[in-house]
Parts: sequence; structure tokens; C-alpha cells
Amino acid sequence: MSQIFHRSTNTMSRATIFGAVFVVAALGWMAMEIQRSPYVTYAGVRKPQPVPFSHQHHVSGLGIDCRYCHTSVETSSFAGIPPTKTCMNCHSQIWTNAQLLEPVRASYRSGESLQWTRVNQLPDFVFFNHSIHINKGVGCNTCHGPVDQMPLMYQQESLQMEWCLDCHRAPAKNLRPRDQVFNMRYQQPTSTNPVIVDGQTFMDQMSLGSALVKKYGVRSVGDITSCNTCHR
Amino acid sequence: MPWLRQISVASSSVGCPILARSLGKSGIPRRSHAWGFLATGILLATIALSSACRIDMHVQPRQNPLSRSDFFADQRSERPPVEGTVARGQLHDDTYFYSGKNGSTPGDYMPFPVTKEVLERGRERYNIYCAPCHSRVGDGNGFIPSRGFSRKPPSFHDQRLQKAALGYFYDVMTNGFGIMPDYASQISAQDRWKIVAYIRALQLSQNATRADVPAGQTVPSLAPQFRGQPGSGATLPVVDSASASHSEENR
Repeated sequence: MSQIFHRSTNTMSRATIFGAVFVVAALGWMAMEIQRSPYVTYAGVRKPQPVPFSHQHHVSGLGIDCRYCHTSVETSSFAGIPPTKTCMNCHSQIWTNAQLLEPVRASYRSGESLQWTRVNQLPDFVFFNHSIHINKGVGCNTCHGPVDQMPLMYQQESLQMEWCLDCHRAPAKNLRPRDQVFNMRYQQPTSTNPVIVDGQTFMDQMSLGSALVKKYGVRSVGDITSCNTCHR
Repeated sequence: MPWLRQISVASSSVGCPILARSLGKSGIPRRSHAWGFLATGILLATIALSSACRIDMHVQPRQNPLSRSDFFADQRSERPPVEGTVARGQLHDDTYFYSGKNGSTPGDYMPFPVTKEVLERGRERYNIYCAPCHSRVGDGNGFIPSRGFSRKPPSFHDQRLQKAALGYFYDVMTNGFGIMPDYASQISAQDRWKIVAYIRALQLSQNATRADVPAGQTVPSLAPQFRGQPGSGATLPVVDSASASHSEENR
């Protein structure tokens, strides 16, 4: 019986087995990428809402502070979704006939809640607290992104644990003075645009951050990366 | 599958031990192996799919703030407290503090001493909640009314409001007035009083005369220089350190 396959088949079969290592590695890499992708995290996804509320218009266009609507963000774990009455503070006067706002007026008339779709959603086993982050100098847009440029709200970051830990392991790289937390146009200090805190001028983020870690009494990295800081 | 059998026999005959091993000692894949692969595949797919369903720990059977509840008719998990409930520290027994009135007349004194911190907090809260309509200087030319309000808010610097009692401002914030809604749910009682103090400070500063200027200070004082872009919302612009020190010298 003569050989069916040419001798080169040996090399090919070895190359195939060797290549399988890369195929398996590529599959692993793909799985990791998919796990981090918006397909899983919903980052950047504009979810449907009962009213297409524009943060861009209300923040950039009208100059309304975050806290006008999200009243409990400084004192509570929950930032607070405004009740319909907060909308009607202005919209009882402005755009009173707009069809777009009919769900808001209907909710105000009937007393039924507007059912917004939650955008930044954490799993129930994570106990996130807004007030502690605000009071230690984490800016709104550090986590929520450029909300003042979002015509429709979306989640900026992955909100995955590695993303939380990225900052918890080195909080100094994101802290800013408390009075700038709600400033959507805040920029980290540079040599041309220094930030002044208590009369001291800071030219770079790391020196400002470490000074603020001390000033605001941010707990040690060991403390804030401990499991039970977030998972209680 | 005769062709598969042929290949495996052939490959084992040319002496590729790894391939031969993977196909079983006889070099002929048995039917049961194929089913095993299929079963493993289905199991893996099920694990992969079920891990995407966030059921067990991700969505726990508990209520989060403002979450939807199918238990109550109005679908709200937030329940109003039983009527007459007094939360700890919220027995509003200090009627002046919570109404701004003595009997039915608004009082003209602050329920707590006004310090620099009180005024700074008042300024911050005023800029968040009041400035959109009343403007940062309190002249009633805020941006929101210009978008189509039927009436502009009054200026704090007209005769009537300059003479108004402190408790009157508190009462308007608490209960609303005209087309202005109440802000009792958005601003705490403590903060409303601090805003009252800041409104009075605005009235003083916007209507100061030459006689009010302390001796030695130039009039008009130099306008502060701001650095970079103004902040968004109620964030005050950053005063340039050079001009800040300049105005310190003038003081």
C-alpha cells in the first residue's frame, strides 16, 4: 500500500498542533475582550427612556448644577432621581405644550411615577456610596464621564471591579478640590494651568492628589481595597 | 464515515503518534466519543449563557432606592411613613426654625448666628437652587425665566423685598409664592436659613453706598481676574491668585 499523503503532511500536522496553542490563546483573549466590551457592560449604550432627557441641554445649555436635581448626592449613598415635581418647577412654565414632555405632565397630574431606565447599574452585592466619593474629592465626571455633553444619558465606564480598583489602588490620580467636584469643566493641574489649594500651587495631578489624600483623610490603600469596603 | 477511518488509519500508519493517540488506540473514533464531545459542548454553552443571566447575586430579592416593586399597587418600593411618624431628630418643635414665622407674621431674625461659613454655604446653595431664576446677584434676570416664563422673578433689590423680613424669604422657599414652587424637598431647613442670610448679604452688597466702604479701600474695587474657563453649574470661577492677592492688599 503506497503512501496516501505526501511527506509534507507531517510538517503540516505539527504546525497545526503548534498553531492550536495560538488559537486557544486567541479564544481566551476574545473571551476577555467580550467580557469587557459594551456588549456585556452596556458602556456607551443609550437606553430607551420615557422622556429623551438631555443632560447636555440642562447642564451645558442652561447651567443647572447637578445638585439641583440630584439633591441627595452629597449626603446619601444614592444620588437621587428627581421627582416629577422637580421637572415641573420649570416645565410648568416652559415648553408647557411640548408633546415630548407629555409623560412628565401626565405623571404630575396622576401622581404616578415616571419609570426611568436605570443607566449606571451596579450589581446588588456592591455597596457603592456617592456621598463618600463626593466628600473625598472625586469629581462627578471622573466616573460618569462628560455628562454635560451627553444628549442622551449613557454609562461612560465599564463599572467593572477592575475599573473600581484602578482608582482605589491609587486614589491620588483622580482627586480634585471639593469645590470643583461638580464642575464638569474641571481640568487636572498642568504647569500652564495650576490648581491652588489653601494657597499652595500644584502643577501636576500626583502632587495635588497626594496632598488631597492627606487633607481629606482618605483611608489607606489597604483599607479601601479591602473586600468588605464594597462587598458587605 | 469511512473517509475519516481511512485518514486516521493512514495517519497512524505514517507514524504521527500524537494524532493517533487523540483518536483512540484503535485509531477509529467511537460513536460514544462524539456524543461526549457534544454533551461537553452543550454543558459549556449552558455555563457561558447562564453566567450572562444576572440573577442570583446581581439582582437580589431586595429593594434598592426608587426601585420598582410589584408588591404595592403604585409599583413604588419607597413607602411613605405612617401618618404622624416623627423621625429621630425631626420633631419640628422649633416652629420659628421650620416656618420662619411667629404666629402668622414672619420674624426678622436668624434662628442661629450668622458666621462666614454660614454665608459661604448659603452662597453655594443659592447658586445651585436659586440662581437659575433669580440670577447670581439676585436681580431676577436668571437664565431660566428668559426661556419663556410668563413672569420674571422680582429683584431682591427692589423696595418691597429689601424691607421684607428674613422669615418671609424662608416662608417663600418653604411654601412657594406665585409661580415659584416650594423648595422644601430640595433644600434642608438649615440650608434655607443659610440662603436667607446670603440673600440679605446680596441685598447689602448690591446696594452698598460709598459710605459703606471701609476706610482705605479703593472704590470701585478692582474686578477679580478669573483663570481659565468658568466652572459649570454652581461652581464659582477660579480667581487668579495674582488678582486675589491684589484685592487682599486693598482690604
